[in-house]
Amino acid sequence: MAEPVLALGGICKSFGGVEVLRDVALSVPRGARHALIGPNGAGKTTLFNVISGVIAPDAGRVMLDGRDITAVPARRRIRLGIARSFQNIRLMPHLSVVENVMLGQHARASLAGLFAPVGLMPRSRAREEAMAVLEAFGLDPHPGQVVSNLPYGVRKKIEIVRALAARPRVLMLDEPAAGLNTAETAALRDFLMGVSEAGVTLIVVEHDMPFVHSLCGHVTVMNFGRVIYDGPAAGVREDPAVLEAYLGHGRGGDAA
Amino acid sequence: MSGYLTGVLALLAINVIFAYGIFITAAAGQLNLGGAGFQAIGAYGCALLGLEAGLPPGPAIALAALLGGAVGFLISFPVLRTRGVYMVLATFAFAEVVAGVILNSERLGGSMGLILQDYVDIGIILPVAGGVVLFAFYLMSTRVGLAMRAIHDDEAVAELMGVHTRAVQVGCFALGGALAALSGALYALYYGFVEAQVFGPLLSIFVLLYVLIGGTQTAWGPLVGAAFFTLLPEGLRSLAAALGVEPELGRAIEESRFLIFGVIIVAMMILRPQGIVTRDLLERMLPRRRRGAGHG
Repeated sequence: MAEPVLALGGICKSFGGVEVLRDVALSVPRGARHALIGPNGAGKTTLFNVISGVIAPDAGRVMLDGRDITAVPARRRIRLGIARSFQNIRLMPHLSVVENVMLGQHARASLAGLFAPVGLMPRSRAREEAMAVLEAFGLDPHPGQVVSNLPYGVRKKIEIVRALAARPRVLMLDEPAAGLNTAETAALRDFLMGVSEAGVTLIVVEHDMPFVHSLCGHVTVMNFGRVIYDGPAAGVREDPAVLEAYLGHGRGGDAA
Repeated sequence: MSGYLTGVLALLAINVIFAYGIFITAAAGQLNLGGAGFQAIGAYGCALLGLEAGLPPGPAIALAALLGGAVGFLISFPVLRTRGVYMVLATFAFAEVVAGVILNSERLGGSMGLILQDYVDIGIILPVAGGVVLFAFYLMSTRVGLAMRAIHDDEAVAELMGVHTRAVQVGCFALGGALAALSGALYALYYGFVEAQVFGPLLSIFVLLYVLIGGTQTAWGPLVGAAFFTLLPEGLRSLAAALGVEPELGRAIEESRFLIFGVIIVAMMILRPQGIVTRDLLERMLPRRRRGAGHG
């Protein structure tokens, strides 16, 4: 197996008296398609927040390509190659589609690039590039309207494109298939396969198990802030601890 | 040009610059209700630089604007520790402190104010205002402008996208302070005197209203808002005069124009809380290249 691009060790986090993450370790090889699953409240999103720097862990380390980034602020992590989407879409509602994607390029902009009037240049490289990524995902790059007027499924896709605009090494997606229909989910999987083939490591939080199985080779299962399974996607259905987490004590076999 | 029209134009230009000073922070999601404080710093700074240091208007205006920028930079640190309504109160308190200092300072003329010896006319004020408007449009078209709008929408996500949100916010306060002070310096030099009463709470409220009613989503907002608020009372006044109404009734209309004005503000807040100019409105008004491909 390739060296890990992302490695977590001993991550703990409590909110008030509630332990949300307990000694979580995770190792994601370069180029992997890694799923993170678990019942609601298992700590998956909190773990995403720790990796992306939104919250600092109480203990433990986050390593990116062998470098300790635990203390690196969130805005610098995207420059180092970690980009993410959100469980509840968090696009900028008053920006247009292309502007949202161009915001994703922010981390790559030079100082001169920050002060270039890209908004006045209809054919700037930044804009063309943003449009190209949108088109690659089958999205209309031209809608002038602000994002808040667009349907849910479209906004969901734009958020993924925005994260990709940062050209990340690691792309973290929080429930990308939620709310999508079967055809859209299949299209999403094909698109993410293409992203993966381009060399981007994927970490996906998802409840849609067929989607997980068709996309990801490796699955980590969390429950009550702990990792209870970490291994090949194929083995997750037979794992007793996972069955117990999802289905309750002892009777896992009945429903599996 | 008639003296009346020149006067209205000068006031409009000064208000436009002032409004952009408040807009710069509002576009990045911070409400500055201390506009009068910054404008007073510019006005008194310019007056003192002329009276005591003997500086000609040009350098005095530039230095007064820089002073406003420096004060904006410094107060941004305590102000940015607050959020929402507390930020509004903090900036408001700042303006009250400035007014208090002026009123109690003999050197600044106390309640009597200061009379300037220099004068600038509309030939200076209009080009400066034009330059400020162009600069605001330029700034909002850059990635920095995009970052400001992103912070307005979602500060946490903007940070995750690589935006140094704190640096942008501090920069906005400094730049906004400089522009408000610039408008103050021009005000002082155009009217030839400064007095503390002018820079009261009402002024801070009005300039924030220019910006909020004009709309904070695009650089058009402050221009439209300042024009609306500056020209509407004058328009109502002229209307009463033009109708040739009885002197008694004319005075009543003139006196009640602020009442009509208030009703319009309330109506605006109910009917169009996002401001007169929005992104959507611009997209609809400018059916250009972006149209066509339909929906994805």
